[in-house]
Amino acid sequence: MSLRGSAAVVGVAELKPTRWTDNVSTIDLFTRVGLQAIADAGLELSDIDGLVAHPMAGVPMLVPSTLIESMGLRCSFASTVDLGGATGAAMVWRAAAAIAAGQANAVLCVTASRRQRRTPTPGPKRPSGSGGVGGKDTSAWAEFEVPFGNVGANIGYAMIAQRYLHEHQATPEQLAKIAVHQRDNACANPDAWFYGEPITIDDVLDSPMVADPLHLLEIVMPSGGGAALVVVSPELARKLDRPKAWLLGAGECTTHKTITYAPSLMDTAIKPAADRAFAQAGVTRDQIGLASLYDCYTITVLVTLEEAGFCARGAGGRFIDEHDLRFNGDFPLNTHGGQLSFSQPGLAGGMSHVTEAVRQIQQRGGDRQIKDLSFAFVNGNGGIMSEECALILGVEP
Amino acid sequence: MVTRPFWEATAEGRFLIQRCAGCGTAIFYPRPACPHCGGGELAWEAASGAATVHTFSIARRPTHPKFTGDEPYVVAIVELAEGPHVTTNIVECDPDDVQIGMAVQLVFDEVGDDGYALPFFRPA
Repeated sequence: MSLRGSAAVVGVAELKPTRWTDNVSTIDLFTRVGLQAIADAGLELSDIDGLVAHPMAGVPMLVPSTLIESMGLRCSFASTVDLGGATGAAMVWRAAAAIAAGQANAVLCVTASRRQRRTPTPGPKRPSGSGGVGGKDTSAWAEFEVPFGNVGANIGYAMIAQRYLHEHQATPEQLAKIAVHQRDNACANPDAWFYGEPITIDDVLDSPMVADPLHLLEIVMPSGGGAALVVVSPELARKLDRPKAWLLGAGECTTHKTITYAPSLMDTAIKPAADRAFAQAGVTRDQIGLASLYDCYTITVLVTLEEAGFCARGAGGRFIDEHDLRFNGDFPLNTHGGQLSFSQPGLAGGMSHVTEAVRQIQQRGGDRQIKDLSFAFVNGNGGIMSEECALILGVEP
Repeated sequence: MVTRPFWEATAEGRFLIQRCAGCGTAIFYPRPACPHCGGGELAWEAASGAATVHTFSIARRPTHPKFTGDEPYVVAIVELAEGPHVTTNIVECDPDDVQIGMAVQLVFDEVGDDGYALPFFRPA
């Protein structure tokens, strides 16, 4: 059994990102964006029989039932996905698999994140209790990473970038061009955080160095928000008089949590995930009209272009030089602005790569609509290139 | 807790890794079983302390509020002579002098209130 044509995305919704989400709970955000996606699909609450969500702040367990109760659903399939930035993409094929197995007919996949003002807590080093005693987080990360400041994503991706630049040729200008062209895309997306604020390569390279070699404008800005979509069976999709984005292929690979223990910094999990998705879809790289690549950092895009097979390993810098990455260019990349310009509303940031691909396939891209689009490639990336999920969406099943 | 012998040895200035009796793989961080072959017979041994910088970055801003004031500092992944990769800080040198491939040597900080010392590396 293959997932090709097994399901279609028929509705999407996205909350406009905000810097802070005051006076709203995560469940409120989930509920609001979930209901919007159901409405966008042209479905009623009673049509939804599946729900896929993710772990959220403030709800330590039983997330699906909490949401089902809040939204007034009744589900024969309820689950969470816990794959970081790959969660949104990974939800889609799980929903399709549940549908293909006959366990559901219309599955709501929903992501959301609040962002609250916090006062940084000063205190001693060894924040999580090195020695594996006394710390709340009992994972190896708490013992062997936190005491050395390998905390958060900046430093991990910076170490990937340093290694990349040691092994391959790429210039700071080539990396900066990713951020610049994506910003141009964001200037055609009124929902993007940095809408109306174009930048130049010099702006990127003159922005403060945060973790060598990453400049501030090569790093996503966290925000609050939400994104959701509805995956339905082929039978239901054909009954609905609205554009569909068909799932044609999916692939996934997870190899590590902390970058230190990745099998290789260059030979990533992106490749097997993408290869599986392309093989399943029967689509070639040059048929892809939109690359919706997870972009927590510019380096993530550079590595993904290579590992997903759009160019050879080490040739990413030249590829960026040779292509126009804007929605009206010859290689449209992250037409919503990417998270670098849309902002990163938690796991809804990863989902934004899926929702944008769906909107483009549905010809609902507005001012940034890609002409003659047949196939879109989506990559979700979690942790420090830890969890990878590739999807191929198309206009026809 | 499988990691406790590692931390207890730090107080004596030793950096312990595990060696799989089944396939010979050197393992860090301490695990209940070999991540290469799944074998459960693992023996502790002291690493030599020699390593090379596999990659690194200079944190120009604190990566956690508790590191405020320490910036710039070097977070690195070093490759032990025995093979495993380890996260550490490169100390006793100018952050701008750190390079991928440079030889480094294990150095422990002082034993803390928790009874353990953190393993850092300095240029060899």
